[in-house]
Amino acid sequence: MKLENRNLQNTPLHEIHKELNARLVPFAGWEMPVQYAGVIEEHLAVRKTCGLFDVSHMGEIEVSGIKAMEAVQAITTNDAYQLKDGQVQYTFLCYPNGGVVDDATLYKLSDTRYMFCVNASNTEKDFNWIEENAGHVAEVKNVSNYFGQVAIQGPLSEEVLQNTCNLDLSLIRYYHFAEGKVADIDAVVSRTGYTGEDGFEIYMPWDKTADVWQRLMEAGIKFGIKPIGLGARDTLRLEMGFPLYGNELNENTTPLEAGLHKFVKLTKQHFIGKDALVKQVKEGIKKSLVGLEMIESGIPRSHYKILLKDKTIGEITSGTMSPSLDKAIGMGYVETAFSHIGTELGVAIRNKTATARITKIPFYPVRRPQQHHSYMILKD
Amino acid sequence: MEFPKDIKYTKEHEWVRVEGNIATVGITDYAQDSLGDVVYLELPSDGTAVTKDETFGVVESVKAVSDLYSPIGGTVIEINDALIDNPEVINDDPYGDAWMLKVEMNNHGELEDLLTADEYKKYVEEEK
Repeated sequence: MKLENRNLQNTPLHEIHKELNARLVPFAGWEMPVQYAGVIEEHLAVRKTCGLFDVSHMGEIEVSGIKAMEAVQAITTNDAYQLKDGQVQYTFLCYPNGGVVDDATLYKLSDTRYMFCVNASNTEKDFNWIEENAGHVAEVKNVSNYFGQVAIQGPLSEEVLQNTCNLDLSLIRYYHFAEGKVADIDAVVSRTGYTGEDGFEIYMPWDKTADVWQRLMEAGIKFGIKPIGLGARDTLRLEMGFPLYGNELNENTTPLEAGLHKFVKLTKQHFIGKDALVKQVKEGIKKSLVGLEMIESGIPRSHYKILLKDKTIGEITSGTMSPSLDKAIGMGYVETAFSHIGTELGVAIRNKTATARITKIPFYPVRRPQQHHSYMILKD
Repeated sequence: MEFPKDIKYTKEHEWVRVEGNIATVGITDYAQDSLGDVVYLELPSDGTAVTKDETFGVVESVKAVSDLYSPIGGTVIEINDALIDNPEVINDDPYGDAWMLKVEMNNHGELEDLLTADEYKKYVEEEK
């Protein structure tokens, strides 16, 4: 009897995960696969060939109506007015104090219809926040239960997906999407992801998600496709230095402290949190997110203290042994004065201090098809 | 899942193989399977005193950090240096090449409450 699982939600792929012998764990209120074959094997499959992720737990929130554009612009840090139909933008929802409600990808379907894709752990909170702050001018709908989502990521993703899709995928640029059919099912196909590899995130009706998954697995067999769990999803994003809400981002941390300035447009007329962020820029950003690689042995882990000559100057937010680089890496906040690349610091690991060096993010080089070479980590 | 009969087990998922006064210690097949890919191992140095049921080291998978508990007390006379360089061997051969410590025991009586293979197997099945 597994009492602890009684309140967990299942994605439409739950039975498939069980058949694949996935290790299922509670995550953000969902029972999710953390691994199938093993984190390292799955991680390397995404870097070398391609992998398929169940991300149906992610939330989708639609904002529509004749004032949808203004409504979205007022609650996000990035410039939603620059979005064209069929384009995606990475953005933040902030509180008036500049802290982060959530990070999200924003899809522009038309001038009167936008969709946010948000973290599973925050869906309810985000919906309430958006409703509260945009509900008076636009219609806000939590459509999370309508959409299932899978992500196909890795250098062979386009080739595999093209076998099951009626769109010409070569025409969908990075951070753009199109509506078409995947496995003969109506779907939104978005060239986005959380791995640093080329790939797509596909939205389709909840009850058709299993059909899409199965067709992609079949189409991908000869390319070496593998199902990928949350374990590898985390190591892949960490090698890219992508933030994870709850680790690098929270209500007491601003996007500027996280170094994500390019997704915060302080020249915008107004958005919630702008005043606090402008003030922070004026007064100076006191803590900064840095990437660290260990010089001495040990793996940095969330909440370990970061030291400079015995003085605590920060804390690790995420860390792991990088499967691609075969070295221990992490991210954390340090006092800005000590955040320069190359600075040697200590990480308090149990009863000793191990030396680490601040290093540039991403840890692992971004590899994308030539058409996208001008885009850096995430397009703004 | 393997449960060799010639060794004893703890509820913390270590195993111990006794030859004379020397106990060899490692972690079980069930433990390595639960951990997933092992990427880091920390062991005490030769000559360290270890105490029954107290931590003697740390094993880390990609995602998790786990303490290692000594099944017996005594003095560490040898550690598996090669395993520190290649901790993934713990996943491949937990009862063989992935031994961790050799300990000179100071009290054979401490072996008495360790689990047999059958008892440990039963314990693990209940824990699932």
